[in-house]
Formats: sequence, structure tokens, C-alpha cells
Amino acid sequence: MLRIPCIVSIVAGSAALFAYPVAAQDAPSPSAGPSEKASVQPLSVKPLRGPAADATATTVKPRAPAFADSGPEWITPGKNQAHTRYSALTEINAGNVANMRAVSTFSTGLSAGHEAAPVVVGSTLYFVTPYPNVVYALDLGQPGFPMKWKFEPKVVAASQGMACCDIVNRGVVFDNGRIFFNTLDGQTYALNAETGEEIWRRQLADIKQGETMTMAPLVAKDKVIVGNSGGEMGVRGWAQALHVATGETAWKAYSTGPDEEVLIGAEYEPFYDQEKGENLGVTTWPTDMWKTGGGTVWGWISHDPDLNLVYYGTSNPGPWNSSVRPGANKYTAGIFARDVDTGQARWFYQMSPHDVSDYDGVNENILVDIEWNGKERKVLAHPDRNGHFYVIDRETGEVLSAEPFHAVNSSHGVDLKTGALIYNTDKRPETGKKVTDICPAPPGAKDWQPAAFSHDTGLFYIPHNNLCMDLVEQEVGYIAGTPYVGADVWMKPGPGGHRGEFSAWDMVAGAEVWTINERFPVWSGALATAGNLVFYGTMEGWFRAIDATTGEELWRFRTGSGIIGQPTTWQGPDGKQYVSVLSGVGGWAGAIVSGNIDARDGTAALGFVNAMKDLPDYTTAGGALYVFGLP
Amino acid sequence: MSLACRSWLLILAAVPLAAASAADARELRVCADPDNMPFSHQSGEGFENKVMALVAREIGAEVTFVWAPQWRGFVRKTLRAKACDVIPGIPAGIDRARTTRPYYTSSYVFVTRRGRAPIRSFADLSKGMAIGVQLIGDDGVNSPPVEELAARGYTSELKGYMAWGRVPDKGAPHEQIMMAVADGTVDVAVVWGPPAGYFATREAVPLDVHPVDANEKTVVPMTFEIGMGVRRDDEDLAKELDAALVKLAPEIRSLLDSYGLPQPARKSRAELAP
Repeated sequence: MLRIPCIVSIVAGSAALFAYPVAAQDAPSPSAGPSEKASVQPLSVKPLRGPAADATATTVKPRAPAFADSGPEWITPGKNQAHTRYSALTEINAGNVANMRAVSTFSTGLSAGHEAAPVVVGSTLYFVTPYPNVVYALDLGQPGFPMKWKFEPKVVAASQGMACCDIVNRGVVFDNGRIFFNTLDGQTYALNAETGEEIWRRQLADIKQGETMTMAPLVAKDKVIVGNSGGEMGVRGWAQALHVATGETAWKAYSTGPDEEVLIGAEYEPFYDQEKGENLGVTTWPTDMWKTGGGTVWGWISHDPDLNLVYYGTSNPGPWNSSVRPGANKYTAGIFARDVDTGQARWFYQMSPHDVSDYDGVNENILVDIEWNGKERKVLAHPDRNGHFYVIDRETGEVLSAEPFHAVNSSHGVDLKTGALIYNTDKRPETGKKVTDICPAPPGAKDWQPAAFSHDTGLFYIPHNNLCMDLVEQEVGYIAGTPYVGADVWMKPGPGGHRGEFSAWDMVAGAEVWTINERFPVWSGALATAGNLVFYGTMEGWFRAIDATTGEELWRFRTGSGIIGQPTTWQGPDGKQYVSVLSGVGGWAGAIVSGNIDARDGTAALGFVNAMKDLPDYTTAGGALYVFGLP
Repeated sequence: MSLACRSWLLILAAVPLAAASAADARELRVCADPDNMPFSHQSGEGFENKVMALVAREIGAEVTFVWAPQWRGFVRKTLRAKACDVIPGIPAGIDRARTTRPYYTSSYVFVTRRGRAPIRSFADLSKGMAIGVQLIGDDGVNSPPVEELAARGYTSELKGYMAWGRVPDKGAPHEQIMMAVADGTVDVAVVWGPPAGYFATREAVPLDVHPVDANEKTVVPMTFEIGMGVRRDDEDLAKELDAALVKLAPEIRSLLDSYGLPQPARKSRAELAP
């Protein structure tokens, strides 16, 4: 992804305060045109393929591991260490969700994209805003949920110019009386959750090198694990573990470079030959190019306490133009399994070797257990940007299945014997070559927006994109007085003409169970509950409740702006269940609104604007928290 | 970078003011980078500053500079946003603006330390040389030399330098790559003509500048004609500028010479395009 320099200063003050709708507006209007309704295409089940076809799809379902907490609080953006985003609360359910009402809203006064998850512990709700990364604590024990405290970190303003794709932040995490979060300018903070006082802070990324931080940390045992962003700026990716009490670095693992710095040693046992060899983080690059090779860690981290491993993906390699970096470009666009205590790599698997399409590997890894072809396996489920839903044995790194969950022609699938992605050379970008209808486009079949796994239905609920792209004729461009000729990226809707989908995915069958088509990419996270409900938001601003089994829409509410946040649900101190989400459009997809970009330049936001020209007709910028409950 | 970001704020503040004063003396609002020598600088010392002052005098207008970093989105955020009316230098035929007649042509050049065997074409390069280039993929683009070098199998040899942003002790933005030639970090650099010609005489050791051989076949053009850019529908201003550029041609030519701007034998980009 590429940066959109200094966007926020352009729109300052354009959006913030307006009246929010309260209750009563949520009743579906019979006069609403078909364009405003979610169109459900249920049960378009594809023929079974691959090894999954041998499994008895009707009886074998993936199960949540015992450590995947589904209790009444919501302490970490992914809900639990397994990242299932599932709550066992049932007060709000398929039978009564139609009565759900907004009970509280809270404006942030900011117009950038709001991607964070509201986190709830006891009687306090916490969330962090996009830059300038203010943390709010709201008192759920008082009527209207008033502010309990707020914390305003000192964040260097220039970091806004370094962020590639809007100045977002993906959330805070709570652990043992502390709140942890990152700032855009590369700091990690620990706050006292009760008072909002700073306990420690570390400056970890260097914005002068193009590094920023946008991801939500994960706490695993006594460590908080964080990573950097900025793969487009020629930075070198890393993840590091900090001691929760002091912030001291316990380990730091680079994604490129010599084994010693990637923390590859005696314990490293990858499944496939393509990941074996000494110092591949150096030898799969032209001389020294690994030093600016990307592989940043800006997505999600999950943790298996039984195996004592953490899992995370690495971003696209840099530089963007692949012709100057021949080689597999390890260890970018893949997944690491690392020992929590030492950071030593256990295995690595590269989804997109020598990535040419910005297919970062940073999407969430949801940990589930399953009987696979008669054998009990601990797996991770990973819907990747390259369009395949990977099922990977999380003990060994073996790919059990990789079925496309979106129209894909940039590759012909994955060879499960070698682990290799079989690229389609016809759709490969090359200097001087015009290539049209490459699917998926750079944001991938799915970008950062996290899926949910229902512990009940055994299905995955995937918010995703339906975007393809053309690399158009060479055009002359100009930067800092320097002319150049290059291909421009134009993104456009994929098959069907819609740009987003929300799909229920059967991992065993390797097929969709149902899909809801959306006008715009579904850039929000998903939430699943024991009430047989799933929730997500649209970029127009609809917040939807869906029947987890049938895909039928049961409730919706129009929020003040488009939704790209992560919905959560929790039990308030009054014993009632609530659902919360941040509204506030933006992000890479929504930059046309939050950044006020001129729709006539389709190549803006690295070509995403071309696919989003009409978004300003549907929504305006402006962040707010919404909390919903039953009357 | 922080300087550049603050500059955006300046533009925003300037827009309503400029609109309000339009009824007074005629104003020629120029979109320019505040720190991009030898092209433009907020001190007024860039050749574009001086060319625009000449042109403004010729058409009877007062020149005002609206500063913005010349990155991706520059045309969109300045000219098209109507924050200003003319970009002093932009490649002829660019899609994003209407361009005037070109007032100079330049090419990428090879820069070496004096005393070394000069390099005049890509064929003169050899494996194992350290080759400096700009725009190596940052912000999604490569400079034409990077494309050519990659096509010829030079990748391990490349060393990338930014074309914008100041690094402490590394001079002006375009100077970083020139300093790398001067101090021997790279054996040769392939740089766009105007900054190469300007900084070649300002470094610690004398540097040689040789334009890319115009007869050498390359995957992308190395020579570009540069004119001024106005909004697509601003035909009147384009015509006025064209007339001024014809009249001022000798004066502009000698001004550009004083900045050491290498101007190869005239050959249009269209002729060179593959």
C-alpha cells in the first residue's frame, strides 16, 4: 500500500460534529431502493475440491480451542488469543435483535478512518482513535456512559505524512490492569486502566525511516507483542515482544536479513523445502536489498498457549516494483510461528513468494481444531489477500487446504505438495506491458478487516473485497522535479459489479455457504455470537445483524458515517448485553472521503480511488462510538 | 517531511485569501515545491522561481508562489484544487494537465568523479559497479534508469536515494545522490539532468556529467521535454504563456545555462518512445 501524504491536514475540521441518529431510524424502510438493501445470495455452494472433498463435510466441523475465551467481557480486539471474535452471550439473539436500539453515542471529533475495536473490562469501555491516538475510557456504570478519563499521547504530527493508507489505529488491548496501544509515530504505551496514567512508553519505530505503527498489540503470557508498518517506504519489518511490566524488549525478530536477526535457529523446522536454507532473508534478495525489504508486521497476532507459539503474517516486500528485487524475498508475504518466550521461529510459510501485487500476508490467523481426513489437527485459518483461504497445521506449517474465496486469476491455486503458489504469468505486471482484469487488486480479496469464527455454526464469517485492477498504459509522471514513466493502477469492481462481500465460509468444504453482496468493500471487522448472529458494518454506514445460519438480514442501523471498525459485544455492569462499534469512514478504501481526494484522479490512493468514486455520494467523514442494546 | 506537511497547511490558509484578492492586480499563482533545488525554493533561488518572475513580468502579472511538496498527488492538490494556476515545470504530454510549449529538454545523465573513465551509455556500465539511482520504488514508482538497469540485470548493483526529504548532513534533497558520487559511495549515478548539472559544480570534488546516449535503445524514454502546466480547460492562460515563452526564449536559455542544466541535442520524447 502506498502513502497518501498529509491527508489529514487537508480535511481538518471538515466533518466532526453533526447530529447522530438515535433509535427509531433503524426500522427497515419498505421504500428503500434495492440499492440500499443487502442482497443475499444464499447457498451458492461450489463443488468440493482437493483433500477437503474426502472429509465428511456434514459431520466434521472446526471447533474453537479451549483457550478461545468467549466470556462476557471483550478484552482484546480479536476477543481471545485464538482470534475467533465470538461471544457466548445470548441475550441479544436472532429472535429479538429486531428490537435492538442505539443506547449511547460518543463523538471523537476526528475525520480519519476509525478501525479500532471497543474493548470492555468490568464497567469500563476503552478505545483508541486514529491519529492523534487519544485513548478514551467510558464509565458503563453511569447513565449515558460518560467519560471516565482520556489519555492524549504526544504523537509527532509528521507521522501522518508517513502512513501509507490513512492514519488509522486498530485498537487497544487490556491485560491485568493495564491498557496497551501503539501510536502512529511508533510508540507503544502502557496505561493504568483504572486512572489512565502512563506506566511506561517505548519509542520503537523511527518515522524518519518511514516506519509507523498502526496495529493492535497482543498480550501473550507476560509479553506484549507489537510490529511496525511502512512496507511501502523501504523499511525493514520486525515484531518485538516487550515485558508487560516494564516495556523492556524481550526479543525482536526482523522479517528480512541474516538468520540471527530473523531469529531462525535450531528450533526452526518449516514444512516445505521452499522455506529451508541458511540466511534466506539475505540470499533471496539482490545485495543488501533486504535492508529495506519490507515484511512489516502491521496485522494481527494470535497465540496458542498450549503450543507456546505466536502467529503473525508479514507484509509485502519492498520496493513496490518487483523487477529490481528478483528472488523469493524471504520472509515477506508469509506467516511466522514463533516461540513466545524467545521469539525463535518454529516455522514459516510464504503464501506469495516474490510478491508482485501487494498481497501482504498480514491477515488474521484464527486458531481452531479439527478432525481433518480422520486425523485430529490443530490448525490456523487464514483468509489471505491473494484470494485463498488457507488451512494450515499450526504445529508444523503444512498447508492442508487453500481454496479461493474470491475471483482469483493472478494465480492458479496452491500446490499442497510443495506449498508453492502457482502464479498465472499472463496476469503478471511487467514494465511496459498493459495487463487488464487482474484479480484480486492490491488490497487483495481481503485486506486487514478481520473475520469471525462462530463456535456454534463452525463457519467463518469473512468481510472482504470484490476488486480487480488494470495496469494501464505507461504514462508520464513527475515527482520532485523528476520525470518518470510508469504503469498506473486502476482498481475496479470484480465479477458481478459489486465491490464488497460478506461471506459465510465452510472450511471443510472449501466453499461459501452464503454471501451478501455489498456496493463497497466490506472494510469492517466481523463479530459472531451465540445468539446465532453475526454483525458487520458497511462503508455507507449501515450496521447489520445477520442470521448466522441463513445470511438473512435481521436488523440494521444507519450510523453517522461509513463503518470500518471492529464490532464487539459484552455484558454491561447492569447485566445486559450490548453491541458496540466505531463509525467513521476512511482507511485505504475510504481515503476518498476521509482524505477529501478528487475523484477525477482515479490513481489516487494507489488506484483505489478509481473504484470508490461514488463513496462521497453515500457518506461523509466523522468518528463516533455507537453502543446498542435491547430496550 | 515535517516541513512539507506544514506547507500543506499554508496552502489551505492561502486559498480563500487568494480568491478574495482576485479583483485587484492580476496575480499569477504558481504551484511550486518549497525545497527542491535547483527547480524551486521558498527563498526564490530556484530557476523555476526566476523563470516565472520573467514570465509574470511579460504578461503583466504579479507572481505568487503557493508551496506544496511535489509528491504523488501534487497536481491534484494544487492545480486541480485551484489553489494555484500554473506549474512551472512538468513533462510535455502529461495526462494530468494542459502543457505549454516546452522551454527546455533534458535527459537522464551519468555522473562520475572526474578522473574516472567517463560513462556515456548504459553499455559502458559493468557488473560489480555500485550504481546510484533515485526513486527506487518508493511511492510506487521507479525512475527510468531503474527500469533500464533492472532490464539489463543490474539489481545487486543499485543503491537507492530519495529525491525529496532532507537527511541531516546530506545537503538538499536532490544532493544526496550527488554527494554519494563525490564521496565514492557509488561509482556512478544516473540522475535527471537539471539537479545533476546544478550540483556537479557544488560538491567537494569535481564531477563529470554525461547525458545518456540519445541513440541507445532503452525500455523507457530517458529524454523529456519540459513545459509549464495549467488546468486542462485553461486554454487562455496556456496561449499567453506560450507567447511569453517564445519571446523570452533566449533569456530563459541563458538563465538555464547559468544553472548548469544539461540540454542535449533536441529530440522529442515521441521520437524516442519505443
